[in-house]
Amino acid sequence: MLQPQFASVEDTATRLGAAGYLTDHAIATTVFLADRLGKPLLIEGPAGVGKTELAKSVALATDSELIRLQCYEGLDEARALYEWNYKKQLLRIQAASDDTAWDEIHDDVFAEEFLLSRPLLTAIRNPKPTVLLIDETDKADVEVEGLLLEVLSDFQVTIPELGTIAATRRPLVFLTSNATRELSEALKRRCLYLHLDYPAADREKAIVLSRVPEVAEQLADSLVRTVRALRALELKKSPSIAETIDWAKTLVALGLDTLDEQAVHETLGVVLKHASDHTRAIEQLKLN
Amino acid sequence: MTEGLVDREIAFLDALRKAGLTVSLAEVIDSTRALGAIELLDRESLRHAWAACVLKRPAHRTTFDTLFDLWFPPVLGDQTLTEDDPLRSLEDGEGPADPEAYRDMLRQLLLDGDDEMMKRFARQVVQGLGRADTAPGRQSWFSYRVLRQLSPETLTASLLEAMLQGQERGGMAEKVARQTISERIKRFQELVEAEVRRRLAEDRGAEQISKTAVQPLAEQVDFLRASRNDMAELRRQVFPLARRLATRLTARRRLGKTGKLDFRRTVRASLGTGGVPLVTHHKPHKPHKPELVVLCDVSGSVAGFAHFTLMLAYALREQFTKVRAFAFIDTCDEVTDYFTPGGDVADALARMNSQAKLIWFDGHSDYGHSIEKFAEDYPDAVGPKTSLLILGDARNNYRATGAQTLKKLVQRSRHAYWLNPEPQAYWGSGDSATGAYEELIEMVEVRNAVQLEEFIQRLLPA
Repeated sequence: MLQPQFASVEDTATRLGAAGYLTDHAIATTVFLADRLGKPLLIEGPAGVGKTELAKSVALATDSELIRLQCYEGLDEARALYEWNYKKQLLRIQAASDDTAWDEIHDDVFAEEFLLSRPLLTAIRNPKPTVLLIDETDKADVEVEGLLLEVLSDFQVTIPELGTIAATRRPLVFLTSNATRELSEALKRRCLYLHLDYPAADREKAIVLSRVPEVAEQLADSLVRTVRALRALELKKSPSIAETIDWAKTLVALGLDTLDEQAVHETLGVVLKHASDHTRAIEQLKLN
Repeated sequence: MTEGLVDREIAFLDALRKAGLTVSLAEVIDSTRALGAIELLDRESLRHAWAACVLKRPAHRTTFDTLFDLWFPPVLGDQTLTEDDPLRSLEDGEGPADPEAYRDMLRQLLLDGDDEMMKRFARQVVQGLGRADTAPGRQSWFSYRVLRQLSPETLTASLLEAMLQGQERGGMAEKVARQTISERIKRFQELVEAEVRRRLAEDRGAEQISKTAVQPLAEQVDFLRASRNDMAELRRQVFPLARRLATRLTARRRLGKTGKLDFRRTVRASLGTGGVPLVTHHKPHKPHKPELVVLCDVSGSVAGFAHFTLMLAYALREQFTKVRAFAFIDTCDEVTDYFTPGGDVADALARMNSQAKLIWFDGHSDYGHSIEKFAEDYPDAVGPKTSLLILGDARNNYRATGAQTLKKLVQRSRHAYWLNPEPQAYWGSGDSATGAYEELIEMVEVRNAVQLEEFIQRLLPA
């Protein structure tokens, strides 16, 4: 039932790298461990550091099917787990001839055919290798956490009319969260935990170079250092990796090869998305 | 799996618990299973694996790392250098080590930013400069000895020179270079401190050092004792904290009782069941949003606390119909306008301190005069819908308390609370006028961010 995908930490790092995701030691070890122990992995961190991207890359690297459950306020069992297709059930009952016994119909309408499988159930029943991504878990209501507890600890689902369905092959589960609310201790305890933060300077530079190959190394270097200086200011929203990459693309598109005051001033809108952050950066970096 | 390793693991996890982390039995089992999965010879793998199993909150990471380094030191004893090692030059000659040679090398390392070399250098430096005899036959290790002799900050000027290479000074390039340098210096200091802790743990045992090595978490730091770094860390936490509080409060409101019967929707829904209203529909409850008036002491002694609380009040603006802020030292002025929506709060605080009229007489806290002045100049500020929040330590320099005026204000308001950053045990000692105020208004001890969070949850009704 537990069929690990990765052979070692190095193997994890190499294969994720080949899938376009540059890991560091912590990320590779944690992903490897989640795979090896068969435990769900909870990834927390600020927006835009590549949480969702990590799950997608793991799916790509292991050649698994990616099943995604996007969480939002008001998400319920019927959207996350399964639902009976009641319209079809009604049709079946109406179509039955009068002399059919009720017992027969009853057994019939609660058959596989009338079951609508939602992401969680789909992931559990999938016989092929699967990566289940539960995105923005913190957006969902507290009740959904209770639902996840059952699914994630035993990898089985109980449907009263059909019985218990256990996973034939344990999916690799990733949960992401922006920490807008504290997830319950019980859920955290069932997961391995990875805090993704803004990367170290070297890694960020490598990411920029791999994503925007047109950019010169010199420029990538000063770009990363400038972004780090911006992060050190007390801003409302610090620039994330996604923004660094956008910035690099912008500079390439504009044909700039050095990052001087004027260039920063003109393109600051790409990295900072709040007017007050803008003024603050201009003042602190002495751009005017 | 060796038994010794598991014993060590349990002892380490126990040290984590003592430092305030919760480590459940399930997590201990996970960590032990992780031992079987990873390459044990790779120390960093072990660190990350256990971090994944045990850590569940980013704020605990520093504590975890510090303790991990103590219990599973990367190296033992002195460093042995090969013939051609660049660090070899530092060891030449007998007698006391020469700080100048170390400084030159440090300068080069700060310029290169080579982390691996920096680690080995830190080790060598502590070995060379950090040792001192505390008593005959006893030695100890000190990070301040190293940092004082090397004083890395004084290298900044020459590093800037080298890094800018003739680029224009004073502009963005300098700012960015400064940032890089201070990051690297900070890294060096951390390395030295970690190395000293390792040396101490080697002499006296990890358990002994664990007790003192761990710093309290930012949210538990006392406002009155917070260092500049702590305050900066706290300020960074304001918005996440406000967001967390806001979602929790909205969730609580949604879960609360629903309001009056929605006649129209009920009748419409009843059509599906042949006109029999099987399911009733209700209008959502109208949330009660209080008006908030904050009156805060911004004199030196409690400024950190006042700033943090003001920032939080403003970050929670949507939870109130109206927020008005007044600051005082020995007289009172309205500071609401400094906090414009979307504006920068750090800026607002700076402007408030320089522009608002807060000093009337001598610039020492005068609660009596400030309260009188507040009641006189802003008679309409406090009404029956207002929650009045007073922030301060009530250290009044033995002046008049203005208790009668405060009593009227409290009676006029819907709720009134006094948040005091001093520990309750100190209330009423010396020039603290808590005695006079406590019987008029509910006084709450708010020493750290955790207590403040608890208070705000209570303040906002469900």
